[in-house]
Amino acid sequence: MHVPDGFLDAPTSVATGAVAVVAVGVALRGARRELDDKTAPLAGLVATFVFATQMLNFPVGAGTSGHLLGGALAAVLVGPSTALLCMTVVFVVQALLFADGGITALGTNIDLMGLVTVVVGYLVFRGLQTLLPKRLSLVAPAAAVGALVSVPVAALCFTGLYAVGGQADIPLGTLATAMVGWHALIGVGEALITGLAVGSIVAVRPDLVHGARRVLERRTLEVRTSDGVAT
Amino acid sequence: MRRVSTRALVVTGVLVALLLAGAVSYYASTSPDGLNRVARDQGFSQTQARHHADGSPFAGYGTKGVGNRRLSKGVAGVVGSLVVLALAGGVTLLVRRRGPQQESRDEREPVEHGGR
Repeated sequence: MHVPDGFLDAPTSVATGAVAVVAVGVALRGARRELDDKTAPLAGLVATFVFATQMLNFPVGAGTSGHLLGGALAAVLVGPSTALLCMTVVFVVQALLFADGGITALGTNIDLMGLVTVVVGYLVFRGLQTLLPKRLSLVAPAAAVGALVSVPVAALCFTGLYAVGGQADIPLGTLATAMVGWHALIGVGEALITGLAVGSIVAVRPDLVHGARRVLERRTLEVRTSDGVAT
Repeated sequence: MRRVSTRALVVTGVLVALLLAGAVSYYASTSPDGLNRVARDQGFSQTQARHHADGSPFAGYGTKGVGNRRLSKGVAGVVGSLVVLALAGGVTLLVRRRGPQQESRDEREPVEHGGR
C-alpha cells in the first residue's frame, strides 16, 4: 500500500507529515516504557522481519498482490510505541534506498501503514484479550484478528485522505469499495503471517512478548495464591 | 517448549529475515499490489510522479550493475535488512531503559540539580 508521490496534493502531504512527526515524537517517549535491556534486542529483529516480509508479495487473485504491513505484528511483539518506531525505520529505508513509497508521501505512508495498523491492530488485540480467557495460546490468534482488521481500516483511511487531497476526481464510494475489498483479502494474508510469527515467539520466549505480559502476570499471581493456600 | 536465550532467538530471527529478503523474495508475486491495482482500475495511476530516489543503487529492490535478477534482488534484500536492523537496533538501544550500571549514572543528575 506504499503511496507514491503524486497521488495526494501538497497540503495533504504536509498535514500527514506533521501527524507522522508528532506520532513518532510521542512514540519515542512511549517506547522508553516498553523497552529495557531484555526486550530492546527484539525490536531490531521485528523491524528487520517487517522489512523482509514486505518484500514478499503474495497473490490475492485476479492479477493483484499484497504484502504484510506488520503494524499489528510489531505492536503485539514489542508494544505500540516501539512498533511505530520500527515501522518508521522500515518506511524511511524503503523510500530513500529502494524508491518504494514516495518521499513527499513518507508521512502518509508512516500514518497509513504504520500508525493506523499499529493502533487498530493493538486496540483490537487488547480488546480481544480482555474478552477472551487469559491464556498464552490465545495471544497469537488475537494478534491475527488485530492484523486482519488493521489492513482494510488502513485502506479506508487512504480513501479518506484521497477524498481530502486526491489529485484525480474519483467517485469516493467506488474507491472505498475497491480499496477495502482488495485489502480485506490482503488482510487474510496479514492475519496468517502475524499469527504464525507471534505464535512462534510466544512458544519459545513468551516473557519477551509485550502482548503476553498480562497473561504471564496473572499466571504468576495464581501460583502465589495456590502457594499461600498450600502453606 | 525449551527456553531459548534472547541472543539465540534474535540471531535465528535475523537469519530467517535475511533468508526471506535475500532468497525467498525472488519468488514473490510481481503483480500490482492492492493500491496500484485500484489506482489503475479507477484511472488515477497516471498522477504518480517519478520517484526522487530512482537514482538509488537499490531502486526498485534491484542492485545496480548486477545482471542476474536473482542475485540483484537478493543483494538488495540483504542490504536493506541489515540497514533496517542497524537503524532500528540503534534507535531502540538509545531509547531503552538502561540496566543498573547506567541507571546509577542517570540518578546522579537529579542530585546535581537538587544541590543547586
